[in-house]
Amino acid sequence: MGIGYTPGVRAYLLSRIGQTVLVVFLSLTAVFFLVRLGGDPVLLFLPMDIQAKDLDEFRERLGFNDPLAVQYGRFVGRAMRGDFGESLRYQQDALGLVLERLPATLHLAAAALLLTFLVAVPIGVLSAVRRGSLFDFFGMGAAVLGQAVPGFWLGLMLIYLFSVKLGWLPTGGTGGVLHFVMPCVVLASFYAARMARLTRSSVLDTLNEEFVLTARAKGLAERIVIAKHTLKNSAIPIVTLAGLDTGQLLGGAVITETIFAWPGLGRLTAQALLNRDFPVVLAAVFIFSVTYTLINFGVDLLYGWLDPRTRRQRVRA
Amino acid sequence: MSRFVGRHGRGVLGLFIASLVVVAAGAAPLLAAHDPLRSDFAVGLQPPGTPGHPLGTDQLGRDLLARVLYGARVALFIGLCCVLLTAVVGGLLGLLAGYFEGWLGAVLMRVADVQLSFPFILLALTINAIVGLGLRNIIVSLSVAGWVVYARVVRGEVLSVKEREFVHAAQALGLGRARLLFRHILPNVAPSIIIVASLQFAQFIVAEAAISFLGFGVQPPTPAWGSMLSESRDYLYVAWWLAAFPGAALALTALGVNLVGDWLRDVLDPRFRV
Repeated sequence: MGIGYTPGVRAYLLSRIGQTVLVVFLSLTAVFFLVRLGGDPVLLFLPMDIQAKDLDEFRERLGFNDPLAVQYGRFVGRAMRGDFGESLRYQQDALGLVLERLPATLHLAAAALLLTFLVAVPIGVLSAVRRGSLFDFFGMGAAVLGQAVPGFWLGLMLIYLFSVKLGWLPTGGTGGVLHFVMPCVVLASFYAARMARLTRSSVLDTLNEEFVLTARAKGLAERIVIAKHTLKNSAIPIVTLAGLDTGQLLGGAVITETIFAWPGLGRLTAQALLNRDFPVVLAAVFIFSVTYTLINFGVDLLYGWLDPRTRRQRVRA
Repeated sequence: MSRFVGRHGRGVLGLFIASLVVVAAGAAPLLAAHDPLRSDFAVGLQPPGTPGHPLGTDQLGRDLLARVLYGARVALFIGLCCVLLTAVVGGLLGLLAGYFEGWLGAVLMRVADVQLSFPFILLALTINAIVGLGLRNIIVSLSVAGWVVYARVVRGEVLSVKEREFVHAAQALGLGRARLLFRHILPNVAPSIIIVASLQFAQFIVAEAAISFLGFGVQPPTPAWGSMLSESRDYLYVAWWLAAFPGAALALTALGVNLVGDWLRDVLDPRFRV
């Protein structure tokens, strides 16, 4: 902490942690009641071909005969200890199962985010700097297309081309670097398109600022004007979007992982929903919302580094 | 002239594509030579260009062109219902939350925070898995997941509009609250509602397809693009056209609607960002 540690920072951190806990708690509560409102929970939890007498036994054993408030209290008490019950399908601790699958999703999301930056930022910056050029036209055209093409269709078409026709890439699963290629491209396509457009408009805004004019008037090389004076000042909207997108990437992973049989949290969640494996669903909701709020927190800290003005504002607020 | 093309070119292109989709949906019974649901096992998995089946047939021998055309109906219907529902409910809640700051606004914004701490597609998927499958439930799920954006945007706008002089003047004249809200404040936030609606429309259609693709949402044999793509996965090695055409129709629709949305945003409010 050393530098810049003040009571203001501490209050800020505490309030952020408080907000995070509140959001996670409320989202778990919402899902808990949604599941209970969605009909007889026992019927939801159990396979369709169950016998009537087994039903009653399960109801008693899972505690569904108790009043809703008692059930909710018990759920909260257990959830605080990280106990979401056992997966009905895998017969193992739901949270453990979710945490076991989390790294695969984080690897995929990190690789996709990296790809997004590597593709989108250069295209966006070049399109802005050479506004009206052919590069701008095709770059932004590709971005508009990229935003419209649904990832899961792109995935199917890539599988057809690169796996079925050419045989260059595996259709799915994990293994080597090659397994990363298609899932990453599919997951990144939409976000890269949006980020390229935002980068372009953000850089264009910054290029109109007076300090850019000053830098040019000083006779600095255009390369330095762009790299040192424009980019860092254009970064805030880009970082905001990247933060929002990292959360959305986790959602996109549900679909991408299903197409490419990627053994991550997204595919587990989709399967748990299909199989009505609600302990796993609740544990996944928990991990998703914690991850998401942590990312947003990280984005906030990045702002402070990119734009020192926001530090003071935040402490005052 | 060239300035017009520069500013409105994409809007015109978008409107052209969007109207193509609307015509395809509206005139589906006239354009399609076959019933999208009638199967004919004698002509299963015929490639595109087969006489009588320009886009080929699927594994049950159903005409793919008819299914893609009727799929436009399903997609547009779902998109339209969701946009109307979310715009009315989200807009109204945002209006009230912005005008009466107090507890209603606070509660609403907390709910919005919770919803936004969750990826949209995952939220809609979870709700759909719980409330059940089918056309009506997918509309409900997407709307429940999507209203937050309107509420946030409208509330923010109302907070600033209500401090403007014409509102104070109207208050001073003794206007009733309802009249003030709907006659004076609402028209000033309406452009934002229209912009958000146009930007959300494509998102709803693509999200519906994605959810149906995962096996929730609209169920077969209803010709929805998402569930058609889902079925096509089993035949990817032998029948590429089953995946290619419904997905292309979906992408084209999203492209047209997005272009119109971008254009509306540029024209109505250049500063607007979602």
